[in-house]
Amino acid sequence: MSIFAAKEIGVSFGGVRALHDVSFNVEKGEIFSIMGPNGAGKTTVFNLISRFYDLDQGDLFLNDERISNIPPHEVAARGIARTFQNTELFENETVLQNLLTAHHTHRSTSFLSEMFFFPHVRRQELAFREKVEDIIDLLDLQSYRDQRIDALPFGARKIVELGRALSLEPQLLLLDEPSSGLNPEETEDLSFWIEDINEELGVTVIMVEHDMNLLGQVSGRVMALSDGELLTIGTPDEVREHPDVISAYLGD
Amino acid sequence: MRFVLKTKYTQDINLFLHNGQRFWYGLLMAALILAPFFLESFYVGELTYLFIWVIAGAGLMLLIGYTGLVSMGHAAFMAIGAYAHAVLFKLGVPFFPSLLMAALISGFLGAIIGVAALRMTGIYLAVATISFAFIIEKVISAWRPVTGGHRGFIVPEPVMFGVDFGSDIVFYFLCLVIVTAVMLLVINLLRSPIGRAMVAVRDSEISAQAMGVNLVQTKTLAFTLSAAFTGLAGALYSHKIGMLFPENFTILLSIKLLMLVVVGGLGSVHGIVFGAMFISILPQVIAILRDFLPTWLAQRRGLEPLVFGSILLFFLMYEPLGLYGRWVKIRSYFTQFPLYRKATFKRQKSYLRTERVH
Repeated sequence: MSIFAAKEIGVSFGGVRALHDVSFNVEKGEIFSIMGPNGAGKTTVFNLISRFYDLDQGDLFLNDERISNIPPHEVAARGIARTFQNTELFENETVLQNLLTAHHTHRSTSFLSEMFFFPHVRRQELAFREKVEDIIDLLDLQSYRDQRIDALPFGARKIVELGRALSLEPQLLLLDEPSSGLNPEETEDLSFWIEDINEELGVTVIMVEHDMNLLGQVSGRVMALSDGELLTIGTPDEVREHPDVISAYLGD
Repeated sequence: MRFVLKTKYTQDINLFLHNGQRFWYGLLMAALILAPFFLESFYVGELTYLFIWVIAGAGLMLLIGYTGLVSMGHAAFMAIGAYAHAVLFKLGVPFFPSLLMAALISGFLGAIIGVAALRMTGIYLAVATISFAFIIEKVISAWRPVTGGHRGFIVPEPVMFGVDFGSDIVFYFLCLVIVTAVMLLVINLLRSPIGRAMVAVRDSEISAQAMGVNLVQTKTLAFTLSAAFTGLAGALYSHKIGMLFPENFTILLSIKLLMLVVVGGLGSVHGIVFGAMFISILPQVIAILRDFLPTWLAQRRGLEPLVFGSILLFFLMYEPLGLYGRWVKIRSYFTQFPLYRKATFKRQKSYLRTERVH
């Protein structure tokens, strides 16, 4: 069963057609990658799924439920988490607070009970903390736990952002260029983590990525985009050798 | 230097991290309870004003310091609270329900402004809130049958159950109880999910949404609570000044409140108290200064706003974290002496997200 489906989605900004007639399915448990040259519309796909942009055409489905017109904050509640290309963390807070914030959709308390900090608010906080600590252990973030984001190097921020998305306990995880700004060693760690997240936590992953090694190592299927049009979908090797993909990158 | 061994996650949630804090805050509370029995009534009155500023500041800090929404018209909410309470109380509503209703009315208007302000951030929001404050000021001066307009409105003496709440000492304790409660509510809010959601909205709206934070709800709630606390402060303030005029709630008061949160330290609870102390002491300092300045300068009417503005600018430029930030630096200098590194608090220059042009 497909966990996620995009049917003929498209969006334009003024006269610029950022995405046109793109359809794809993502199977449950898959790692699905999106590649393409700059301006191909990869991040636009993510911003459409996150509902930051409105679709001009087509529909998005999560578990066969239409999610094309739910409000942006509802997307997280449905179990879709994401990271951003240049990280969008809460800069003036500690790593721990950032990860805790991701539990927002799981809260069962109202602001009134929180203002009086009733015992069940405290119990909920403790439960959140234990789950966050699991993520901290998984991604080796112990030494950063109480540091503020603005004091962290970029590589660490990328990992924290991955951790924050995981804290949301998503069924579908969108990673926007997870390896950009990481050194080769960090990228290696990242590929193991992505596999762990996929296999052990059972999270389906959609990933925008340029690094062909990382793509080849982790992803099952790859979708190539160029100028907002879908070129092909297939295994990493098939896509790499596809004539349209080669001409999109290198020109005719 | 104190190292706290943490063995339970509750330690990070508790109000006090260690017994040292318990001791010092306990001592502060004891001193505040005993103070009116030893101090002259002038100082008791000044402390009461301080509490009122803390309550108003808590409201504004929640909005500016924690949710990143700049309001430059908070005097309006103080005015609404003050007039609502005074009018209701005069109409015969008992004292405490009247205080509560003043806070609710102010909170309700705050919610309306909050919804209207949803699409605005930064400088646009600041201008919108200033305009709101002007409108409220005009309404108060024009709505003479209810507010008395420029002739003023005499706030009746608060007597309930035969207790005169207007007497200095009783009113002092009333304000002490309320300020303690308000601070606890604010701290509780900040250590629970909704407080984190507010901070998330402040730091990155996009990311907050991706984490499932409802922007509309969070911003409206921040405005509502902020207006309610400030309105409550206004209601207490009305008894302290005794006679209400529209001139009590001009833009100068809004700037004073803004100065409270900026000088105190944006995004810190301690900053509320430091800022409140600062703005209560400042007018006295200016009054004393006048004796030493040459006559042509000392008699100028614009002297006070000039000093206010300069201090605000000074803090924004040289100490954006305010008095609390300064205090943290001084404290870590002494706890780490002689190993303190000058660059400990050096950070990349960062702006409020809401101030950025997207």
